[in-house]
Amino acid sequence: MNKTVRVALVALLCVGAAACTKKEVKPPPPPPAPEAPVAQTPPPVSNGKYTPADLDTDACLRQRVVYFDFNKTEIKPEFQQIIACHAKYLQDRPTARMRLEGNTDERGTREYNLGLGERRADAVSSALQAAGGSASQISVISYGKEKPVCREHNEACWSKNRRVDIVYTAQ
Amino acid sequence: MIKPTRKLSSSLALVLLVVAGLFAGPLAAQSLNVDIVGGLKTATPIVVVPFAQQGGTPLPTDVADVMRNDFNRSGKFRSLARSDIVESPSKGSEIKFATWRLLKQDYIVVGNVKDAGNGMVQVEYELWDVNKQQSLLHQAMPPVPVGDLRSVAHQIADIIYQKITGVRGAFWTRIAYITAVGLGNNTTYSLIVADSDGYNPQVVARSKESLLSPRWSPDGKKIAYVSFESGNSAIYVQNIITGSRQLVEAHAKGINGAPAWSPDGTKLAVALSYVGNLEIFVLDLATHKETRLTHNLAIDTEPVWAPDGKSIYFTSDRSGQPQIYQIPSTGGTAQRITFQGQNNADAAVSYDGKQIAMVQGNGNVYRIAIMDKSLGNQVRFISPGPFDGSPSFAPNASMLLYSATEGRREVLYAVSDDGLVRQRLVLADGDVREPAWGPYRQN
Repeated sequence: MNKTVRVALVALLCVGAAACTKKEVKPPPPPPAPEAPVAQTPPPVSNGKYTPADLDTDACLRQRVVYFDFNKTEIKPEFQQIIACHAKYLQDRPTARMRLEGNTDERGTREYNLGLGERRADAVSSALQAAGGSASQISVISYGKEKPVCREHNEACWSKNRRVDIVYTAQ
Repeated sequence: MIKPTRKLSSSLALVLLVVAGLFAGPLAAQSLNVDIVGGLKTATPIVVVPFAQQGGTPLPTDVADVMRNDFNRSGKFRSLARSDIVESPSKGSEIKFATWRLLKQDYIVVGNVKDAGNGMVQVEYELWDVNKQQSLLHQAMPPVPVGDLRSVAHQIADIIYQKITGVRGAFWTRIAYITAVGLGNNTTYSLIVADSDGYNPQVVARSKESLLSPRWSPDGKKIAYVSFESGNSAIYVQNIITGSRQLVEAHAKGINGAPAWSPDGTKLAVALSYVGNLEIFVLDLATHKETRLTHNLAIDTEPVWAPDGKSIYFTSDRSGQPQIYQIPSTGGTAQRITFQGQNNADAAVSYDGKQIAMVQGNGNVYRIAIMDKSLGNQVRFISPGPFDGSPSFAPNASMLLYSATEGRREVLYAVSDDGLVRQRLVLADGDVREPAWGPYRQN
């Protein structure tokens, strides 16, 4: 395959994939054991307030996925840091809006998984509000098992699909 | 965006494979020797002789072949393979019964297709009892356009099925299902309606976002389904004859899902979460009045009506794991009805209300289970797993459709109610899922 064709193919893929423009690339989950307690991780910003630029540069804000255990909706301790920084962003930027997209792995029925995905997104929403975000800034949607990021039938894959995606609709 | 269409979709032609045997894995599309499979020994042997053609151009449909496939996948019959059919009588007076007794056939079907002019054909057939040498049926079907020959073949198979088993046949019915073609954000979802054997697929609706949970109205004219085309889930009712479509549930907040028609077709049971939690409601389609049935912090979803319309089965995880519950359709106390297996969900009910099919999960294995209320709630499995779902009964409950995952591909199976004969329906290019078996056809 020559280079021109390859470039054209990549371009085509990007035209078709709404994600190229709509969503940020999702980084992998953080290591399971947080190195420092949540309270001791102040956001590294000069005037103490987040700005939209931090969404692309801040190590915490760039993390937009919260992962869950099987059939569970509790937020695991290692994700408290992500919740805290995004809640602070919402607080610092009252005009910011985010959509929480709840997802599940393939096990179980489609409609039940819609419910489970919503519960997970609701759990993230509650945590964000408890940490200072406002309900009016957050909308919740569940895709259940309709939007897997991984399609193998094993736990490694399932663990990537049991997630809530944080999508900023206004920065 | 969805474009409701009724255009014939040749690219979505389903490839049919008959898989016989208890939980046999996917097989290549080779003809099967049904005699070697233990479970089929009880099936009634029937020979359908190729129908003679009288006049006209060559026919697009082999009527006898359509009937043979109907009989085979029912699990109740095994039809003699065409290669073993050594004589070709086309009317009763030409049948040499000794030949068919030797081949151990109980019944023989013969017939012919007559050119009726103006692109119309007429099928005449006879059913004989081989051992008694007795005529059981002799009928000329009304003339039809050549293109409707498959329908006529299914109708004859239904009449013969009923004559021999005493149960109304359900071959001349339709199925609905969802296809997903393409990967990731390039996936196109389609709601398809096809004949019960997978032929004549037609696109009812198409979307770049997920479509799910298609359900037939009791009169077979409409399909309710869930679409994410507007961003959030919403419930639509679409007339499959006119293509016209009605938005019936679209709360901005939360899930609008899991539609289920009441037996009289005037209401939909649905699962809505705009109240803050996913609950079962009954929507009156004429007045648009919503009546909330459940009040529980659990996930309550997947409602399905009992045939008498007096109660609704649904899935709830109020006990910790999903289980099936039953609640009066006017509201009241929910009773749990499933106690076997780690979890049970997505119930389907047979026409007589005696059998409830569901997805039972144990560990990472999800299989279709049938709970038989006439046998003290005994549970039997009719699918092998590991990721089976969406059970749906044929209107006579002699067969079910369900979805399965094979490798990275989602496929459908039609299975006899004893689980012994399975037919796989595969989309040539993409996934096929969420089957729903339609009611008996009126036309």
